[in-house]
Amino acid sequence: MSASPPMLLQARSLTVGYQSAGRELLALDAVDLDLAEHECLGVVGESGSGKSQLLLALLGLSGGAARIAGSIRYRGEELVGAGTERLAALRGRRIAMVFQHALSALNPHLNLGTQLMEGARYHLHLGRRAARARASELLATVQISDVARRLRQYPHELSGGMRQRVLIAMALMCDPEVLLLDEPTTALDVTVQAQVLQLLRTLRERTGVASIFVTHDLAALAPMADRIAVMYAGRIVEQAPVRDLYAMPGHPYTAGLLRSLPRLDTPIPERLPAIPGQPPDLAALPTGCAFAPRCPLVFEPCAERPALRERGTAHQAACHLDGAAARKIREAWP
Amino acid sequence: MSLAAAPLLEVRDLEVRYWEAGVWAKRAFTAVEGVSFKLGAGESLGLVGESGSGKTSIARALLRLIPSSGQVLFQGRDLLALDARELRAAREHLQIVFQDPLAALDPRMTVAELVGEPLLEFRPASQRERQEQVARMLELVGLGDELLGRFPHQLSGGQAQRVGLARALILRPQLLICDEPVASLDVSIKSQISNLLRDMREQLHLALLFIAHDLATVRFLCDRVMVLYLGQVMETATRTALYGAPRHPYTRALLAANPVPDPDIPQAALAAIGEMPTGADLSRGCVYRYRCPLAVERCAQETPVLRPVGQSLVACHRADE
Repeated sequence: MSASPPMLLQARSLTVGYQSAGRELLALDAVDLDLAEHECLGVVGESGSGKSQLLLALLGLSGGAARIAGSIRYRGEELVGAGTERLAALRGRRIAMVFQHALSALNPHLNLGTQLMEGARYHLHLGRRAARARASELLATVQISDVARRLRQYPHELSGGMRQRVLIAMALMCDPEVLLLDEPTTALDVTVQAQVLQLLRTLRERTGVASIFVTHDLAALAPMADRIAVMYAGRIVEQAPVRDLYAMPGHPYTAGLLRSLPRLDTPIPERLPAIPGQPPDLAALPTGCAFAPRCPLVFEPCAERPALRERGTAHQAACHLDGAAARKIREAWP
Repeated sequence: MSLAAAPLLEVRDLEVRYWEAGVWAKRAFTAVEGVSFKLGAGESLGLVGESGSGKTSIARALLRLIPSSGQVLFQGRDLLALDARELRAAREHLQIVFQDPLAALDPRMTVAELVGEPLLEFRPASQRERQEQVARMLELVGLGDELLGRFPHQLSGGQAQRVGLARALILRPQLLICDEPVASLDVSIKSQISNLLRDMREQLHLALLFIAHDLATVRFLCDRVMVLYLGQVMETATRTALYGAPRHPYTRALLAANPVPDPDIPQAALAAIGEMPTGADLSRGCVYRYRCPLAVERCAQETPVLRPVGQSLVACHRADE
């Protein structure tokens, strides 16, 4: 087993801190994460949970004000503290990002062809003609028709769903090994969202690209992810294969998220199940479990912060209630 | 018919047009076309559709925030025909909650000022009475009075939306228009606000016009649903009929696209969701035909009108096949 190749992407104790009003807030607090080849890891969390910070940190884009600690390894190579040139060589080439707001991720002054070709020309040293051919091919892959005309168009001339697909095509230009998807479907209509999800599934089957899919919508991950990591207040509070997570959540927060998913296939409830309170303020975290103030199962040990512990095969949860309480956790919410 | 039987709100043939700057001249763009509906006191109607379906334009037109034509009869009077003074008076009973709660609140006013402002405008009272009413209202929407002195930027998204709701409800309006009030909120907060809206509706006997693209929330909150596509009504039905036996192919596509939160249920195949081609001719025929899996020659020639099929009103030539 020791000869097994290093993980595609691996984070250990990854911590991102920002100074705010004279003290440090931890946007990411000691996050451990593995991504295997061809795998899709879903990351869910609410605003402030650190899910977008995670993606930025993986690409070395946290910004100068951030303090980064811990380790990020790409095929065993340490990226924390790596030089800007090395990072620039990886970004877009090996690890590519699809941002949530397609309109702000695209340059309004440049036509789509120029923007699509840029990465391939820089990383792969393709000539104009070859880069254009590659761009056309990828636009067709993401099911955009009338490609020659699209390449001359500007971002404002496209619909939201089409812009999102252009961003996906752009991320795929250099045939990366990892796609980082930051809420790629959140700003879209349900119908378009369904199309983009289907496209991402097809791409994965065809190219085998691994991905980290960040979203606040657990429902979008159900047909996409192999594993899901749940984040709360800058930490991973649960991690499990997708079926286990849905069937047997090991953290009351996960159980609450699952309960509050809007569904059309169940009778109309008298009240929608809701998690009381609000996502925590990083500047005012309790010393114990960050979810304790909203948790229906809170008990004395919660005054101390629980560590992420094994719950089963590849299943970890950070809760003082152990595996024996699985049923209690699943039924924690009315 | 006695006056009491008249609906609270009756919209007839509402049309909203925007002018786009063209190269040589301005071009008209029709955002809402021939939309009619009724809403009784205490009833709730959901308007659903994708972006560009005209649902927000309808909300804004009802409040006369944008110009429109047709008739908007509120308590029997046509809002579109009122002069400025009469309109202002009518708005006392007709309030709106916007999608982005932070953008809708003046950043320089405190929560107490924001919630109390409508009283200043419409119900002059002593400062003490006003403060009492504001405190009662905040309690009703589930906010503590420690928030009274805060500014909008000090609120979370859910709190800001509760403040927006308190501000809309403090005059005890008869009709509340909600434009995607939960779309921008976190999952855990979304359900809280939906539950609150349902409670408010019952406690204050509010009529609710609820605009959303999220079919699950509409199902929870609305007695009737109207499905819009490119500014036209595709289908109107009771909640039971629309979700139980959707008639229009577009309604079916919307329902099928809703993600099923279960890894064991495969996502429905999406062949039915086509795309609008550029240069589509929308001047006649069914506007949905370019994306419709059931479209035939007739759909390009003849514009379907709303007609009863089963329990629904449907604008589709093939709805009863």
